[in-house]
Amino acid sequence: MFEIIASIIDGILVGSVYGMAAMGLTLIWGVMNVINLTHGALIVAGMFAVFLLVQAFGVSAYVVAPATLAIGFFAGVAIYWIAVQRMIGRPPLMSLLSTFSVNMILIGLGTSLWGTVLFNVEVSLPGLTLGNYTFPGTHLMAAALTLLIAVLLYFFLQFTRQGKAIRAVSGNREAAELVGIPTRRVLAMAFGLGAALACGAGALIATMFPFTVLAGGAYQLKSFVVTVLGGLGNPAGALLGGVALGLVEGLTTPFIPVSWTSVIEFVIFIFVLIAYPRGLFNFTFRRS
Amino acid sequence: MTPLRFLRQPFFWVIVAMTAVFIAWPLATGDVRLRESLVLAAVYIILASNLNLMLGYAGYVNFGSIVFFGLGGYVGVYLISEQHWHPVAAALAAGISVSALALLFGLGILRLRGFYFALSTIGVNEGVRAFVSNFAPWGGASGLYISLDSYQSLGGPRQALWTIYILLVGVMALSLLLSFGIKRSKFGLGLRAIGQNEDAAGVLGVPTPLYKALAYSISAFLPAVAGSFYFFKSAFIQPVDAFDLGFSVEVIVTVMLGGTGTVAGPAIGAFLYEELRGWLLTSPAFSNFQLVIAGALLLAIVIFAPGGVMGWIFRHIPKMRRILE
Amino acid sequence: MKRAFLAAFAALLLTVPTFAVTARADEITIGFTSSQTGALNVDSLAQLRGFEMWRDDVNAAGGIKAGGKSYTVKFVTYDDQSQGARVQQLYTQLIVQDKAQFLFSPYSSGLVATAAVISEQYGALMMSIGGAEAKTYQLGNKYLFQTYTPADNYLTGALEVVKSKKPNGTVALVYSDDPFSKAVAGAVRTQAPAMGLKLVLDESYPPDQTDFSAVINKIVAAKPDALLGGGHYPDGATLARQIYDKKAGIKWVTLLVAPDSAQFATLGPAATGISVPSQWAPEVTYKPDFGPTPADFAKRFQAKFNTPSDYHSAGGYAGGLIFQHAIEQAGSIDPAKVAAALDKMDITTMFGRFKISTDPKSHGLQLTHQMVLTQWQMKDGKLVKPVIWPRAAATAPILYPIK
Repeated sequence: MFEIIASIIDGILVGSVYGMAAMGLTLIWGVMNVINLTHGALIVAGMFAVFLLVQAFGVSAYVVAPATLAIGFFAGVAIYWIAVQRMIGRPPLMSLLSTFSVNMILIGLGTSLWGTVLFNVEVSLPGLTLGNYTFPGTHLMAAALTLLIAVLLYFFLQFTRQGKAIRAVSGNREAAELVGIPTRRVLAMAFGLGAALACGAGALIATMFPFTVLAGGAYQLKSFVVTVLGGLGNPAGALLGGVALGLVEGLTTPFIPVSWTSVIEFVIFIFVLIAYPRGLFNFTFRRS
Repeated sequence: MTPLRFLRQPFFWVIVAMTAVFIAWPLATGDVRLRESLVLAAVYIILASNLNLMLGYAGYVNFGSIVFFGLGGYVGVYLISEQHWHPVAAALAAGISVSALALLFGLGILRLRGFYFALSTIGVNEGVRAFVSNFAPWGGASGLYISLDSYQSLGGPRQALWTIYILLVGVMALSLLLSFGIKRSKFGLGLRAIGQNEDAAGVLGVPTPLYKALAYSISAFLPAVAGSFYFFKSAFIQPVDAFDLGFSVEVIVTVMLGGTGTVAGPAIGAFLYEELRGWLLTSPAFSNFQLVIAGALLLAIVIFAPGGVMGWIFRHIPKMRRILE
Repeated sequence: MKRAFLAAFAALLLTVPTFAVTARADEITIGFTSSQTGALNVDSLAQLRGFEMWRDDVNAAGGIKAGGKSYTVKFVTYDDQSQGARVQQLYTQLIVQDKAQFLFSPYSSGLVATAAVISEQYGALMMSIGGAEAKTYQLGNKYLFQTYTPADNYLTGALEVVKSKKPNGTVALVYSDDPFSKAVAGAVRTQAPAMGLKLVLDESYPPDQTDFSAVINKIVAAKPDALLGGGHYPDGATLARQIYDKKAGIKWVTLLVAPDSAQFATLGPAATGISVPSQWAPEVTYKPDFGPTPADFAKRFQAKFNTPSDYHSAGGYAGGLIFQHAIEQAGSIDPAKVAAALDKMDITTMFGRFKISTDPKSHGLQLTHQMVLTQWQMKDGKLVKPVIWPRAAATAPILYPIK
């Protein structure tokens, strides 16, 4: 019995990180109708950023985490101007391919530099122990930080000028332009924000698990699933979707062989896509 | 279009000529390395042409098109190695069963549009991969091996490789003819109407759900047959190779490179891409960076020449429109 | 008369340089692919270095000597990107275009199987190094020779340790769903009960599994004395780290592959006590019939590449060494004669024993090479990895229980 409760809690903790990883993807998708296929590479960039900064300055990973957000933002803006800006308004295939090609370039550079060697960021944080089961401090901290970032994101989008500009552009680009909002700059900023979230997620993941240059792929796939569960363009939904995914993993593992978990995940994925295309958690963040 | 009119199209003869070259060139020179290179090119062309039916004509991005190839491979290898079927019969069975399955999947996912459809195709591919990894009769994650005497039905391994090559070239020719035939047919017109504006097409009387389902199912048949032949040649199939999402994306790239919505485009794109990758891999200067170069090339095409090679040709040599499709 | 004599002498003089040049031009071309990119990159590179060191050693000593001639070794190699499709294309090119006379295998069981289809078709001799799965040798080959211990015997040593420390103990088997790990797990399933050990958990996880929290909870709930399994690098390392983070308190943990890398030490305290079966370790005390001793190899490898040797590089070196010995025994570079020599061999190198099966149903399967078990232990504040099993080759006591 305790095993099931423990797995549920573990699922929620890890799931919140899946949610954070997906927030950036769903934001970009919702704002500019672009699926950012560099998402996985940005997550890996966040992982490496944390690793290198910790190595260079010898401080705790959590101290350098905000820096990874900044790195992600600038990387995102750069990617936007290079690969995405011209694709706005064109058929969806174009932006898929342009972001995919940037992803190939980034991963290619990464493997030439670091091969597929394993990296680990050591973080010692006391965990929470209940009976035989311990919840690692890093997981608790990551979940807490994810919640914090989600709240900050909400306030940013709802109450700041730039946030409102982003929401205006995502709602109706022509109207936004008509009222004088510099749409291209706003789109760049939104992309940068999405990238920052991806990098930040990578940084948190690096505190919890060892990683390689190729680690982004699995998280990108999970981000797709979470985005669909949570509803496109809905960061809050992404967080809940992530938790839901984590819950599925936590709930199924005690009962069935672990190798069947992915099959179940994808069946749920397709089911939600077909039956609930707006997502399971779509509290209207933006009307469309 | 009646069969006779078909024969009078110059492009038909272009396809025939190309097939003849593919068969004659390596056979005449006995150059095995060339054959191996052309096999991969043929596979890319088959996958690209059939993908084009959904992607180029109907405008539906199928990210997981590799699932047909992989499932076809599994059905084929299973029938050959465990049930001792003849390779050609097994390939046909693979084609039929996989397109039937595609019809079934299609009924579910074809009501989705745009990105949602694209994502669902990824879901289908990954779900099938996860399932096959757990499916014991097909070897689960360990995969299936073909023992060397399974090649005896085609005259031994060395002879079999040539026969399989010719069969694959045949499938390639069929893919191109199919693509061409559909493009000039009422069915193809309907698909392209869907690609332009699905709702308007529906209003104008195009039976959109039926056409989409047919296109999805048809686009599964020849890749499944090809998969069966290809994995028989490789003598080994495992889930991670058969359902490689990266390969699927590469096929999309080739269609882009050649020019979506044309018949020659995917073939040209596939051929160029395969040659480029093969060259990059074996060139000592570039092999470390081949992923970077391929990515940069793709980016350049998407930004500067989205019509692909065919787009460029049609723009600069308008007369080619009468010959090439 | 004098002129004729002078002319003949001049002619003779002219032939001497050409004769010498011909002797220098005797080469053996060995073809293979390595995974310079893709997931198998790290291990494949180590194996490649082993090959290169052997080639440099052999050429520095004047080449392989057979039938009165000396042959320099030349490599032709390509990147297979860790992909089966490339392997077939490239091995065909190696045989047909680059005219490689002999082949080394790619790294990893799946790629060896794919390459073997090509090598067998052309009757090309291939030294299989870096492939542990046994199935490949049961498909009816004639020219394939395995140097590694087959997957079946990977965890036998670990089971023996568990049996010696806790007879009738319980074992949890949790492994990655890939061909290699599945083969290893299959063997554990039959060997454990035969040793009186009970399997209380037997599960596989998808190779790209990112989080093992729920899996570890499942292990903890089963209360095993020992955990065996894992797969490759990322999953093995993550499993080890999470076992530590979650204070699972398992008394004995043996994982495949991941803990063998020097990089595993970056896990810090999470690495302590984790053991790994290895095809070889620098501390082994084999007495070779020819070639360098293990210690000598390890020292020179470190000096040459500025990185420690491991079983991948040792395997690569040994593969070359064994191949060389076969040519020398056969006295010729005729593949059929070299194959016959390999069939007869029963020797020991710095890597261990080499003797393959000549039964046509399992030709080439390695029969005598043994695994060693190494364990990460803290010594003077640093993590080291001594050999702990078999006890005859051990250099440190077994740390049990590990937590």
